[in-house]
Amino acid sequence: MDLKDKLLSSFIAFENNVDLDNPVHEVRSEAIKNFEVKGFPTKKEEAWKYTSLNSLQKVDFSIFPKQENTLEYKNVKKYFLHEIDTYKIVFIDGVYSSYLSETTHDGVDVCLLSAALTKPQYKQVIDVYFNQVASRDESLTTLNTAFSREGAYIYIPKGKVPKKPIQIVHFSTGNEAALMLQPRNLIIAEENAEVQIIERHQSLTENEVFTNCVTEIFAAKDANVDYYKVQNDAKTASLVDNTYIAQKDNSVVRVHTFSFGGKLIRNNLNFYQNGEHMDSVLKGITILGDKQHVDHHTLVHHAQPNCESHQDYKGIFGDKSTGVFNGKIIVDQIAQKTNAFQQNNNILLSDKATINTKPQLEIFADDVKCSHGCTIGQLDEDALFYLQSRGIPKKEATALLMYAFANNVLESVRIPELKKRINKIIANTLGVRVGFDL
Amino acid sequence: MAYTEEELKKELETKEYEYGFYTDIESDTFPKGLSEDIVIAISQKKQEPEWMTEWRLEAFRVWKEMEEPEWANVNYDKPNFQDISYYSAPNKKPKYNSLDEVDPELLDTFKRLGISLDEQKKLAGVAVDIVMDSVSVATTFKKTLAEKGIIFCSISEAIQEHPELVKKYIGTVVPRKDNFYAALNSAVFSDGSFCYIPKGVRCPMELSTYFRINQAGTGQFERTLVIADEGSYVSYLEGCTAPSRDENQLHAAVVELIALDDAEIKYSTVQNWFPGDKDGKGGVFNFVTKRGLCETNAKISWTQVETGSAVTWKYPSCVLKGDNSIGEFYSIAVTNNFQQADTGTKMIHLGKNTKSTIISKGISAGQSQNSYRGLVQVNSRAENARNFSQCDSLLMGNKCGAHTFPYIEAKNKTAQIEHEATTSKIGEDQIFYCNQRGIDTEKAIALIVNGFSKEVLNKLPMEFAVEAQKLLEISLEGSVG
Repeated sequence: MDLKDKLLSSFIAFENNVDLDNPVHEVRSEAIKNFEVKGFPTKKEEAWKYTSLNSLQKVDFSIFPKQENTLEYKNVKKYFLHEIDTYKIVFIDGVYSSYLSETTHDGVDVCLLSAALTKPQYKQVIDVYFNQVASRDESLTTLNTAFSREGAYIYIPKGKVPKKPIQIVHFSTGNEAALMLQPRNLIIAEENAEVQIIERHQSLTENEVFTNCVTEIFAAKDANVDYYKVQNDAKTASLVDNTYIAQKDNSVVRVHTFSFGGKLIRNNLNFYQNGEHMDSVLKGITILGDKQHVDHHTLVHHAQPNCESHQDYKGIFGDKSTGVFNGKIIVDQIAQKTNAFQQNNNILLSDKATINTKPQLEIFADDVKCSHGCTIGQLDEDALFYLQSRGIPKKEATALLMYAFANNVLESVRIPELKKRINKIIANTLGVRVGFDL
Repeated sequence: MAYTEEELKKELETKEYEYGFYTDIESDTFPKGLSEDIVIAISQKKQEPEWMTEWRLEAFRVWKEMEEPEWANVNYDKPNFQDISYYSAPNKKPKYNSLDEVDPELLDTFKRLGISLDEQKKLAGVAVDIVMDSVSVATTFKKTLAEKGIIFCSISEAIQEHPELVKKYIGTVVPRKDNFYAALNSAVFSDGSFCYIPKGVRCPMELSTYFRINQAGTGQFERTLVIADEGSYVSYLEGCTAPSRDENQLHAAVVELIALDDAEIKYSTVQNWFPGDKDGKGGVFNFVTKRGLCETNAKISWTQVETGSAVTWKYPSCVLKGDNSIGEFYSIAVTNNFQQADTGTKMIHLGKNTKSTIISKGISAGQSQNSYRGLVQVNSRAENARNFSQCDSLLMGNKCGAHTFPYIEAKNKTAQIEHEATTSKIGEDQIFYCNQRGIDTEKAIALIVNGFSKEVLNKLPMEFAVEAQKLLEISLEGSVG
């Protein structure tokens, strides 16, 4: 049985465990129908031209974990940003772990989607927001919608700011030979609210994991949302991360994606601007080796005048890795005075590595400033020589240059401890100690 | 300001296609429709050898299996391939030795196009191989060229007289099954130009062809084959116009360039086929496959000015097969009213130290859609490949669209690829600055557009550059908001 059939038949079992009278049930049924028609995307589709999910479909994934697992904090502490105090929403094999988590209802709601979907006090919010911005015909998103039950639920009411950043961490224990996870996050920042979120997927063994995650983010007027995705998973983990963001007047949403680990990562990052004077920021650092494959697919849809978007993706590709960048900016006819910028720089370190990039503009308004730039190149030989002539070994010199190359993406990270942590990961990935904290 | 925007718009809307006239020459036209019989008939009509007929039939069989491509960013009613006449030749077809013998009506046509033969002959020294409704009717300067060993004739003539060259090279760069329109063209091509430059010869003059669609309901299927042997150089010009017709005419040409070791080919196109009227009615469908192959140290340079056609679908490409070969693409695409253009290039880097440059300027006005679609591919063995791409779009008015679809695929770590694109409009401050210095808005726009496209215009041969500049002005008059 291939994965699609297995998922379709699992849906029946899944329904037995959820409340069929809940209005969300209808959303799920509709979604599974769509997935049944569309199936997994193939390379024939323009959006999946460079990324194949074929190998994943051959794996016999468990759709539901067989048993509940627990973890000791001291064993997984290193995967948390433990230097600072944070709220934590932690899942182990897709199941909420109250032991590792720290949620709150004090002024803001930092809790679980399963609770929000079932408890009456959240009904109003769920009706307004749930599945409103996520695509209803992209097949993997609808697959996630069909199985949406658990994930993070974050609601920041008007004018509130949570006391500390929020970490969402998904652990997979590897107790199953192969596990498929489908977390679903819903994040709402009401008027003038502010929130910082760090998300991480981590497998603890080499057993195969396939995560198909969907996150919906709503930023109301004047809201400010920072979302950091740390993708430094084991070399056997695959991740399809779908993020849909709806923005209103004057809001600012920044999404940083740091891709270092994992076997296959596909990021679908979609910004829908619906209002004026807002800013969307998309930044990413990708450093790959081995046979890793990372595909960044971004969309910024400017639908109203006077908005901005800034995209900056840097990639360093070694060994037999493959990097894909497909950035799309759409500027509607009424979206005059739009400033949309897109930058994608890549360095190839090996002859076996591949980069496919397609920075795309679709512009229907005339009074706009839109630009995109894309480069593929190598490290500057002269700069390398200069550093070596000053006694810095080649490996360290290379690392320094690469670090400098990626650095301006890090500048906009607003949690200093996270910035440090990312620096450390970069140093580890590049395999150097430069003797001081970068 | 004496000349307001409203007035401009009005004038533009009422302005008929300048070259929209119809020459009444009795034509020899085939019945509409396409079948193996028609393919054989075309081949027989041209008295082609058997291998050519077979070649066409094979292409036709491939074509039947293919589907019309839909990926391009254009919308149009698909042509009905059974409603097209696949062959149309001017009836009186003697071979002329001098211009005096040419049908005066035909000469008048060319005069109105502003390309009067005698003038060109005198002033520019251009040898023109004129293709009117698919059959080459006049070739000038043939003798001068023959002395150098250069073969410049219609492709049907080449099939008769130089079958070994045609057989060796036709379909090698654009295979019959390359795409839907290339296959169609291979099956039914009626005529086109053939050019062979022998080893080490530098062609002393610009070779030029004018295409023109005349007869109603005829498709134009041109086939051009240019071969530059080792160490040779040729500059080839191609210009196209079509008279005003309500129904959409189809043009599906194939151009193959082969630059052998150390050779250089410069191919320039000015295309101003009927773009349809202000309501988007009529116009030419321009679905062209152009590709060049570069051997070691060879260079191919494509320059195009695209102002016409209702729908354009065209990607002049370079396959940089040999080491140190160079590919260039310079393009200006102007769309107005309801025109749609999806154009760009492909640079396939296979050899070592290969270089490519892409400069694309898109100007959209009215309700038109202008897309750049390009591919830069560096294969794993293409060491030190270098590419620079720049695509700039200029939008005039808020009902048009500019789109960019650049594909960049690098498989070699020594590749250096740069791509940049910008989209902008003509700034009010720029216009104001010009106005303030006594330049009216109309002229100011022409000035700015000219500056915007200068990088490409500079690449055109002199006599083309003047014409292209004029075309730009005509196509964009009064389209600025």
